[in-house]
Amino acid sequence: MTGFLIRRIGLLVITLLITSAVIFLLTQVLPGDTARLVLGRDARPEAIAQFRAENGLDLPLPMQYVNWLTRFVTGDWGTAFTVGNAPIRPLVLERLGNSLKLAIMTGLFSVPISILLGVIAGLRENKRTDVIISVFTLSVVGLPEFVTGLILINTLALGLDWFPTASSPPGADILDWFRQLTLPALSATFVLMAYIVRMTRAGVVDELKKPYVRTAALKGLSYRTVIVRHVLRNALLPTITVIALSFGWMVGGLIVIENVFNYPGLGRLMTGAVERKDLPLLQASVMMVIFFFASANLIADLLYGLLNPRIRLE
Amino acid sequence: MSGKPVIQVRDLTLEYKLKSGWTPAIRDISLTVYEGQIHGLVGESGSGKSTLALGLMRYMAANARITAGTILFDGQDITHLPQNELRKLWGKHISLVPQDALAALNPSLKIGQQIAEIVRLHEGISSAEAHARAVEMLNQVRIPDPEQVSRRYAHQISGGQQQRVTIAMALIARPKLLILDEPTTSLDVTTQASIIELVRDLMRERNAAALYVSHDLGVVAQLCDHVTVLYGGEVMATAPVVPLFTRPIHPYTISLLASLPRHTQATETRLRTIEGAAPALDMRTTGCAFAARCPAALDKCHAARPPLEDVGEGPDRYVRCHRWREIADGTLVIETAPGQTQGDSAPLPGHVLKAHDLNKTFNVSGMFELLTEKERTGVRALNDVSISIRARSTLGVVGESGSGKTTLARAIIGLEPADDGTIDLMNQAISLNLNGRTRDELRQMQMIFQNPNDSLNPYRTVGDALARTIKRLSPDLTRDAVRARVLSLLEAVRLTPDYANRFPNELSGGEKQRVGIARAFAAQPSLVIADEPTSALDVSVQAVILNLLKDLRAREGVSYLFISHDLRAVSYLADWIVVMYLGQIVEVGDADQVYALPSHPYTEALLSALPTPDPTVNHMPIVLEGDPPSPRNLPTGCPFHTRCPRKIGKICETDAPPWQDAGGDHAIRCHIPADELLAIQSKGAP
Repeated sequence: MTGFLIRRIGLLVITLLITSAVIFLLTQVLPGDTARLVLGRDARPEAIAQFRAENGLDLPLPMQYVNWLTRFVTGDWGTAFTVGNAPIRPLVLERLGNSLKLAIMTGLFSVPISILLGVIAGLRENKRTDVIISVFTLSVVGLPEFVTGLILINTLALGLDWFPTASSPPGADILDWFRQLTLPALSATFVLMAYIVRMTRAGVVDELKKPYVRTAALKGLSYRTVIVRHVLRNALLPTITVIALSFGWMVGGLIVIENVFNYPGLGRLMTGAVERKDLPLLQASVMMVIFFFASANLIADLLYGLLNPRIRLE
Repeated sequence: MSGKPVIQVRDLTLEYKLKSGWTPAIRDISLTVYEGQIHGLVGESGSGKSTLALGLMRYMAANARITAGTILFDGQDITHLPQNELRKLWGKHISLVPQDALAALNPSLKIGQQIAEIVRLHEGISSAEAHARAVEMLNQVRIPDPEQVSRRYAHQISGGQQQRVTIAMALIARPKLLILDEPTTSLDVTTQASIIELVRDLMRERNAAALYVSHDLGVVAQLCDHVTVLYGGEVMATAPVVPLFTRPIHPYTISLLASLPRHTQATETRLRTIEGAAPALDMRTTGCAFAARCPAALDKCHAARPPLEDVGEGPDRYVRCHRWREIADGTLVIETAPGQTQGDSAPLPGHVLKAHDLNKTFNVSGMFELLTEKERTGVRALNDVSISIRARSTLGVVGESGSGKTTLARAIIGLEPADDGTIDLMNQAISLNLNGRTRDELRQMQMIFQNPNDSLNPYRTVGDALARTIKRLSPDLTRDAVRARVLSLLEAVRLTPDYANRFPNELSGGEKQRVGIARAFAAQPSLVIADEPTSALDVSVQAVILNLLKDLRAREGVSYLFISHDLRAVSYLADWIVVMYLGQIVEVGDADQVYALPSHPYTEALLSALPTPDPTVNHMPIVLEGDPPSPRNLPTGCPFHTRCPRKIGKICETDAPPWQDAGGDHAIRCHIPADELLAIQSKGAP
């Protein structure tokens, strides 16, 4: 187990190193020159040269990468010139916190309802209930997030005035969480639900065909016990992986929802950095997104291994 | 039978809803099982034996219904008992020992929990008490260290132990009726012998009734008191075990018994076979279900279904045949004597293949181990294995799962190359790896696979599949020549030319295997490697395939490397036999020598574990203790010393045994000299 963890964390570090190099290279080939962007289009060539020398932009690319990486790892993430030269680290971490809050809320909404629907659909395979659930979840996922988001705003916020039209990050108050995050979390739930429902349904359908289900039924156990005690613990294993991965995705992937609800998450920070060509800010936020995505992957594998006795984590 | 009836089935008909409408799977079945009796239910695949076994406990598929008949359990009519009442019977009064124990156990619940939940449910006892009962039950099914095992998961214990766990589950609530659905089919013979002994002892102790479903006539003959033979969803015959086997009066029973392979001295004998295949559910006719394959069928057999008639030998012998009286009084004789192969099939001088000192170690490692670790734990699958195969002869390789016999086949064909050693094909050294062999070397060696379903492409007709192989190995042939060759191959495996246009899903299991054989012969090989070619087939079909292999050997002059766990099938076909245990050859000799004494103690146990299809023979298997050791961690000295009933002392644990010369080509790897082995083995089982 320990050996497994150490190796997996090693793999995580390698993944991050490779992606950091890729991000660095990609931001280098983006059109636009940092010195010109900072100093303005009319800056004199001498000033630009001086800026480049001061910021190490005249060094060969590998050197620039090593310098950037060293600074990044030691916590010096630089300043974001597009946000009034604010230090990047607190900015990214704050946005990351906001994104995590939204992700947690979405998880609380989507996981129980999706698993419930998926299990029901699986148990009623090809019956009317199954078809209704499948059609419903698939049509919801087919709707773009800005459509569901706008519908929610128009009905629950503007119409009924239950929620604010723009969401701000909630504090410690639980009610505030619901008030601020229900609408964006619902929107994100609609996106995720179909995946989790399909995965759960497939798991249940597969497991129901296995001989151990017959063994359990022929013990005289009730249908409910057969399902809850015997089938679900096997059927939900693949679903756990999907949930953990979606969590990683939500940290940086809810860009549209964050925009619709004007919510200051990491996704919006990233798109802003791209639009304004703020390379240091972009690099830092993308690194965070990848870190969370890769960690979610690791956690998914760990959970799967811990819950499935057939897998030995060695 | 003296005891009172536990389950009485009367005229039961159960139908499945197929595309073509409601179709009976079993028809007019009558069957009674008494207290203290083990009732055997014999039938081939498609005979309806599993449908009946589960149906009489009212466990049916969603598309099944009972349309006629009654089921009385312990005097109570359960034919239409509601589900919630049935649940009170299941697990408590009627229980099932399933086939394929690993799949039948929940992979993520501990063994102890799975057993204990039964008594918690039916007896309402505390979980601590239930756990104690579970451990006690594991002890009764002779699982060593039951407390430990109760805390493991199914995949962490051996196949034999898994099956014992299912027996423990079935017996813990002391049911009145136990239904065993092929409980030993997926097990090795030595494990099977110990499970049969366990079932027999436990049933005797408890005086319960048991229905034992099996396709293995040997097991049924040795274990059951009474036998019912099913064919095409109907009872063909039912009788006490001794008359059923010694004086069979139904043509199906007679033919089935005659089709069992046995060790025969003459290489040119052919098994009696039952031509054709069992009818599909919706293809059954109005006449006798067996008429289409019956050697004695008359017009009336095709026209009218015979009734199940009382033979008049006591209350318990019935038969369904128009001609049973003629058979019983000897006026009609169903031919059972083995036939003769055509052509000469004696081995020729010279060797087709010689493999010397093959070694193979499987590294248990993933990407990470490859990157990070230098030392790996390996599974030693082949350990200095040397074999040689004469022209036009068969070398049989016998061993249980984990013995390395399949690894040997794959190493010789080059799919999983040996780590070292040499292979000579027609006295020419060839590469150990498939990729290093010339086209002609590849052509010379062909393979027949165990499961014909998985080895044929479902989207290619039989003709295409054969033509492809022919063209690949001789690209210069014209289309017509290829076509002619396809037809001659089909003829060689006794399939009519129209089979060339069929797809694999239109073929029966035996027909698919014939196509597999035709494909192997398409290359005109000199050596055909057959890995368990009949173990997925029914008894009657197995005989057809074995005969075919024998005929082809004479006709094409090929040699076989025939790998099987079935000692009877091997003995029927093999001229020479090697016995493998944990990656080593422990005995080698010609077939007669290996089947006679002296034997390696392992071979002795294997042979004794084979149940004889004759209930009058008192079968006393040598039951080996425990499970084979893990090949990851081989025992020192002789690999068999941990289970050997003839172990002589410390030397077996420390020194690798030498080869003992047992005369002729016969050699045994044991510390006991051959003449001493003969002396102690002649005295009987240890």
